[in-house]
Amino acid sequence: MRYMLLIYNCERPAPGEPGFEEALARVNAFAAECRRRNAFVAGDPLRDESTATTVRVRDGRTLITDGPFAETHEHLGGYYILDCATLDEVLALAEICPFAADGGIEVRPLAGVPGLDHSPAVALAGE
Amino acid sequence: MTAAVVERVYREHRARMLAALVRVLGDFEPAEDALQDACAMALRRWPDTVPDDPVAWLLTVARNRAIDRLRRARLAREREPVTEVAMFEPDSRLAEVGDERLSLIFTCCHPALAMEARVALTLQAVVGLTAGQIARAFLVAEATLAQRLVRAKRKIRDARISLDLPADHLLPERLAGVLAVVYLIFTQGYTAEPSGLRTEAIRLGKLVASLMPDEPEALGLVALMLLHDSRSAARHSDTGDVVLLEDQDRTRWDSAKIDEGVRLLDRALRHGSPGPYGLQAAIAALHAQAAGPDDTDWQAIAGLYAELLAVAPSPVVALNHGVAVAMAEGPAAGLALVDNIDGLERYHLLHAARADLLRRLGRHDEAAAAYRRAHELATTPADRRFLAGRLMALDAT
Repeated sequence: MRYMLLIYNCERPAPGEPGFEEALARVNAFAAECRRRNAFVAGDPLRDESTATTVRVRDGRTLITDGPFAETHEHLGGYYILDCATLDEVLALAEICPFAADGGIEVRPLAGVPGLDHSPAVALAGE
Repeated sequence: MTAAVVERVYREHRARMLAALVRVLGDFEPAEDALQDACAMALRRWPDTVPDDPVAWLLTVARNRAIDRLRRARLAREREPVTEVAMFEPDSRLAEVGDERLSLIFTCCHPALAMEARVALTLQAVVGLTAGQIARAFLVAEATLAQRLVRAKRKIRDARISLDLPADHLLPERLAGVLAVVYLIFTQGYTAEPSGLRTEAIRLGKLVASLMPDEPEALGLVALMLLHDSRSAARHSDTGDVVLLEDQDRTRWDSAKIDEGVRLLDRALRHGSPGPYGLQAAIAALHAQAAGPDDTDWQAIAGLYAELLAVAPSPVVALNHGVAVAMAEGPAAGLALVDNIDGLERYHLLHAARADLLRRLGRHDEAAAAYRRAHELATTPADRRFLAGRLMALDAT
């Protein structure tokens, strides 16, 4: 089963800032451990909320607003998608994720919806 | 007649059958439904012949009914890809499923579930109480509790909480979580007057201890619960008032429970240095074995509380340590410790203990103020009556 790890309120030094190299090494080591356990599917950091744009369509009209969908004190900083047999396996990985030590990680199973077609655009690969 | 046989088999083997079915089906609700179906079938079939192995019969029927239900559900949603349903393997042989009750207990007490859900689910799935019984014991609406159970079971299914025993390196921490649930059931049953939850908690603790015979803390917890429970008849007067340990009629203590508790404690202590439950049981055993209040070995009790404070520090333990030191070395030494405790300003027993120590030091005005504060903070009528009585006795001197 695939799980999404939502990384909240983590401290993340930017490239060039003090501690960046060490933080990068820790995060890469975590991804390597996920790969070693055949769990790694995807993962990315997100730029901060100041870069967010929210789109809503109401009565056929598109509303575009600056900022995140919900104003909260919790900052979503990135995500991983991991493939594990049980919640216990993915929690064991979340526990060693470097971001668990300063922020918090919400773990949610991806929902399987019958008939949902989200296959990647493989046809293009042959071109 | 048949109904009695079916009921007896169900009552004696329910947890084990449910555990096996949850394991095979990977989901609580179908497992419960299948077991109910099988019992209904037994009521119809067993008047002719009761099978040689009723448990195997019930499990086979339950498994077949579960497969039927899954097939029918699949047919009803024919277009649906079979991925989700395929996690059930019809060829899993139930005969090979051994005693899965321990796995069931660990799943019910999983840290990914809220504490109140762990307690409710353990009481329902492992102990076999109904949602109504659990709701009454915890003073919540039955609908609320039923909802809590449904949510917990669906989270186990949808997030795939493990149905296996935890990995070895996680076992100590997870076992501590299981024991915390058992002890919570015991202590909650303590205040909910008519409920038999204390008895159920002791049975549950014994089950865990028998399934994990090398875990001293499981034994220590059972010993602790038995020793506490041995005093239940003496703890309240006929009018429902609190009777302090020192004033209790020791002939009303249950000596069979004390003996059993002490025996289990000895077994736990053979495993080496005791954990928090073993230490608390050792303290309870010293009280239980003293012929009278003046024969109590307070020096040893103070020492055990100091050990407990080291392995499981908490303000309540610090308070008990202070009281024990007061008994062993005098009220001044105890008061010095009690006055250094942070975080219990709103706990009536802190103020009651301070009041008692101040009274013994002859500081009556301060003692009266502390009794009044304790009286304000006490929540049960029995506690309030007791504290009011103490205050009056103080005024009379």
